[in-house]
Amino acid sequence: MIGRILAVAGTEFRIALRNRWVLMATLIMVLFALALTLAGSAPTGALGVDMLTIAVASMTTLSVYLSPLLALMISFDSIAGEAERGGLALILSYPVSRAEILLGKFTAHLAALAIAMVIGFGAAGLVTALLGGAGQASLIALLRLVLTSILLGAVFLALGYALSAMSGSSTAAAGLSAGAWLVFVVLFDLGLLGAIVLDGGGVFTQHVFPWLMTANPADALRLWNIGAADSVAVASGLSGATSALPAWAAPASLLLWLPLGFILARLSFGRVEP
Amino acid sequence: MRDDALRIEGVSKQRGALAVLSDVSLVVRPGERVALLGHNGAGKSTLMKIVLGLVRASGGTIAVMGAAPGTVAARRATAYLPEAVAFHKALTGREQLTLFAKLSGVSRTVVAALLERVGLTDAADRRLGTYSKGMRQRLGMAQVLLGKPSVALLDEPTSGLDPASRHELYAIIDELAAAGTAVLIASHALTEVEARTERIAIMKDGRLVADDTLANLSARAGLPTRIRITATDAEADRVAEALGGTRINGRTVDLLCQTSGKLDRVKRIMSLGDAVTDFDISPPKLEDLYRHYSSEKPQ
Repeated sequence: MIGRILAVAGTEFRIALRNRWVLMATLIMVLFALALTLAGSAPTGALGVDMLTIAVASMTTLSVYLSPLLALMISFDSIAGEAERGGLALILSYPVSRAEILLGKFTAHLAALAIAMVIGFGAAGLVTALLGGAGQASLIALLRLVLTSILLGAVFLALGYALSAMSGSSTAAAGLSAGAWLVFVVLFDLGLLGAIVLDGGGVFTQHVFPWLMTANPADALRLWNIGAADSVAVASGLSGATSALPAWAAPASLLLWLPLGFILARLSFGRVEP
Repeated sequence: MRDDALRIEGVSKQRGALAVLSDVSLVVRPGERVALLGHNGAGKSTLMKIVLGLVRASGGTIAVMGAAPGTVAARRATAYLPEAVAFHKALTGREQLTLFAKLSGVSRTVVAALLERVGLTDAADRRLGTYSKGMRQRLGMAQVLLGKPSVALLDEPTSGLDPASRHELYAIIDELAAAGTAVLIASHALTEVEARTERIAIMKDGRLVADDTLANLSARAGLPTRIRITATDAEADRVAEALGGTRINGRTVDLLCQTSGKLDRVKRIMSLGDAVTDFDISPPKLEDLYRHYSSEKPQ
């Protein structure tokens, strides 16, 4: 079983390298992370935290947008596209299970994402540390950001496979993935914001809203990184939202979404008749 | 060795209100080459996908070397060549075949030999995006040879190939069958399967309308043998009248007869002496048979 997963993973990783996906994703991460870090480095003195802490706060927001986007970009075509080209029928005629194919693709795509994240956030972290110094706490915060971003990417890889298996064609899969990104990253937050404004600080804002926010994996990443380090919370100005929740809530959400995404992906892949 | 490598019994497939397959039964024995003929949409590809376990049948049973479709035992025993297979452009032929070897648990040392067998040694390390249709099809055939399958399902293996590539492909198919593989070939290329298969199965609208040897199918269809006689200019009319044929131009007379009456006709042609300068006998072609069985109402 491991042999077959690794065989699929090796092939998929080679494809990701050859079609320049790894290169493009890494470039995007490096550019955005550096730009945000350098642009957002002004208010250090006023808040009394080091420059890397500020950088981690800005990059957390970046990760909320980019991790799901990159993950969906690499995963949306993996089932619908292969089914369209006829490759899926052939590979499934071999003694390899659908779960093994999914895990193989996942391993390769996660490795590709991890490379982009580590290099992107790492480069930005290094530049800030050299410019403005970094303490132990801020280094841990950076490490936490990298790991949780990879975890968020993993969740959206699994969701991407599920959407890909649900759509009949690559084009439909691309549309569904774009829709999913909009909902999770933009519309969900807008909806919550609207609800808070209407509620005017009532029961919803105090007791329901924090839980709803945590339930979204993209927001869970934000809460996890901000909640875990007081200094980052100060830097981001979001300390209020995190204090209403127990510390385990955001990590639990992200960690639950991963198997949930996988089950969804496996079930919808199971219904595909290539 | 089993008597049936592939046994299909009463298989049907409904897609909504449409019956894609109805009550199809077919047996392919080890070493046998069976042609599965039919128009597009007759259900050939669907039948193959059901045998592979990729598509679920609505009814009936299938045994691949005694195992149910889609089980590990059945998948190990089966090789498949999809119609117009498209591999991933970024991989090389060797990488693609190595992946398949690993998935089927075959030692990767066979990869080089198989590439050589299908004539892709020189192109082995080139990207598949640069391969021609014939080269992709040959790579597809190389993966069929992996792991010495008991059953090979080939969906339109020669479509879009030039005559030389077709010839090579059929040579490989012959080798497979000689080694004991049961081969099922879906095709519309009627003339080429004629000489290359032991048995012919014809599908029409999801039903199997014929399944027999070419000789038996011809006899049962009762299609006439055509004799074309060339007479001398002056005698053409007399020849046509004497033999009961039709004169189609100045010197040519066409005659249709049953296969059993062929010898008798030839004797009568010979008795006409110098009036006949030449004659040709054409037995019913696969095309005629195919037209006969695929226009026939199912019994």
